[in-house]
Amino acid sequence: MASASRPPTGGPGGTGAAPVRSDRSPWNWLLLVPIVLPLVVPLYNRVEPTLFGWPFFYWMQLLFVGLGVLTTVLVYRATRRSPADRAAARAAVARDAGSRDGGR
Amino acid sequence: MDGVNVVELTIVVVLFLVVTVMGFVASRWRRAETLMHLDEWGLGGRSFGTWITWFLLGGDLYTAYTFVAVPALMFGAGAAGFFAVPYTVVIYPLVFLVVIRLWSVSHVRGFVTPADFVRSRFDSPGLALLVALTGIVATMPYIALQLVGIEAILKAMGVEGELPLIVAFVILALYTYNSGLRAPALIAFVKDTLIYLTIIVAVIVIPSRLGGWDAIFGAAEEKFSAGTGAGVLLPATGQLGYATLALGSALALFLYPHSITGILAASNRDVLKRNMSALPLYSLALGAIALLGFMAIAAGVTPIGEDGNTIVPVLFQEMFPSWFAGIAFAAIGIGALVPAAIMSIAAANLFTRNIYKEFLKKDATPRQEAQVAKVTSLVVKVGAVAAILFIDPQFSIDLQLIGGVIILQTLPAVALGLYTRWLHRGGLIAGWFAGMAAGLLMLYNIPRLGPDGTVVREHFGGSSFALSKLGLDASSSVYAGLLALLANLVVAVLVTVALRAARVSEGVDGTADTDYTAEREDPTFRDLPDPLESAPPGAAGEARARR
Repeated sequence: MASASRPPTGGPGGTGAAPVRSDRSPWNWLLLVPIVLPLVVPLYNRVEPTLFGWPFFYWMQLLFVGLGVLTTVLVYRATRRSPADRAAARAAVARDAGSRDGGR
Repeated sequence: MDGVNVVELTIVVVLFLVVTVMGFVASRWRRAETLMHLDEWGLGGRSFGTWITWFLLGGDLYTAYTFVAVPALMFGAGAAGFFAVPYTVVIYPLVFLVVIRLWSVSHVRGFVTPADFVRSRFDSPGLALLVALTGIVATMPYIALQLVGIEAILKAMGVEGELPLIVAFVILALYTYNSGLRAPALIAFVKDTLIYLTIIVAVIVIPSRLGGWDAIFGAAEEKFSAGTGAGVLLPATGQLGYATLALGSALALFLYPHSITGILAASNRDVLKRNMSALPLYSLALGAIALLGFMAIAAGVTPIGEDGNTIVPVLFQEMFPSWFAGIAFAAIGIGALVPAAIMSIAAANLFTRNIYKEFLKKDATPRQEAQVAKVTSLVVKVGAVAAILFIDPQFSIDLQLIGGVIILQTLPAVALGLYTRWLHRGGLIAGWFAGMAAGLLMLYNIPRLGPDGTVVREHFGGSSFALSKLGLDASSSVYAGLLALLANLVVAVLVTVALRAARVSEGVDGTADTDYTAEREDPTFRDLPDPLESAPPGAAGEARARR
């Protein structure tokens, strides 16, 4: 891996350089929802309505866990790379594992 | 004490032995050619897939201490103790984009610790030293606290004396020494299986024995209605403190070196993204565990001696047959080993790369480096045991409280650094000192109040700082860590502007923009075997090569 010690030039196409990518996406804004909602305490600091004997305060916050999962899954899927790129990543993992005498 | 519970003890010992054998076998698992490279020993070959990463990070972030202390907090303080849930909800979307940038740049440049990154990014060994020291100081008491979890179950089983605790940690020390990060990764499987089993049984069995959830929340309501402040809901003045503590804790968690060690061990970016969606399952479990505190109230549990941390073990003993209580205790005990192992490895990495190799022995070979890391991890664990045995455990609890506040002071360099280099290295150093001073000053001035509102201790009594002390006309309090971070950022920005105006050199960035989005298959990606042939942690050699 001689290329590893050479800093990438930043230009596309050259061997030994990392492709220019961006992790920006409008979808990322969705992540704000499960960050902000659980921090607005007055929204859920109440007893009614109860659910299975649980005050609202408790079951609503557990529901936020689900909201967090939902948004991160959504953002992950919406910003996922193309199948070809992902196949390349998997091949790289397998290649490295093989060369290390490891394997999974 | 009415003697030792033989059934419980036997089950705990047997499960502990199973885990010990696994710890030693782990060195053969997914074996690399040699464990004598720091990256192999300290990062498990950086090749953990989605499942292993899930178990490893879950075992790493949700510690035994959490499982014991959160219900104890609910037992004593009511709704305020439930902050652990919003804290662990907010954290994953918050770091979703950040940790993958750290993963990418670390794999391109061969960084093993957050201080490696800071050194290279800001071209400043001094700033890296501050980040490394902060990490070590914040981690040490955290390790000691894991022992508090083990101590609580030993007390509940009627085991006296300090020998069992020492034996447990000697075994832990030996297999981490032998197998590195692979040991906790493998043991995490056992730990999590036992934890989930215990929780599922607990939330089904205990409420039915106590007359349902209505009765449980009713009993808590009744207990708190007598006192002041605490309750099943937050008092109006407690809401800001609740939200800021959840946010501050979330910001701090992934700055801890042990979290970063777990992150870097993942095999690619997608593994991490998927884990940000899968890890919240532990948060659900944590929510259920927190409510064990209310169940203990309904069951009329009284803690052993003065130790509030024993309420969960005692509750299990009263509600479960001995054999199942034994399994539950083993879950807590083994749950202490996984994070303790990862934390000591992370602290050892920091010392080795950012203090030993940087300042003490610049020409250390990879073999020497790995050796020093191993010995350091032993020293760290011995220190943790000593802290619990010879110093009041309360000291560790206080230190851990401080730990959260001080680790937050590395946020501008580590987390913001992943996005921008706008802050000057001098500004970051000045900000670190300002945040540190502000944080410690605030913690020093927080008294602990007893249930009746009188002052029990004058200093280091908690982490919520009353706004009235700042001269504000408010009855709310705020998490001290966030206020300290604010002071840190303000100073960092002001000093940066001043240094820019004075045209003070800001050093050479040892990373490139494309590093932060690098994927596994890129030609710049480094896999394990070779990073250590590079110059000292990051910059020096590379910065020169770029000119």
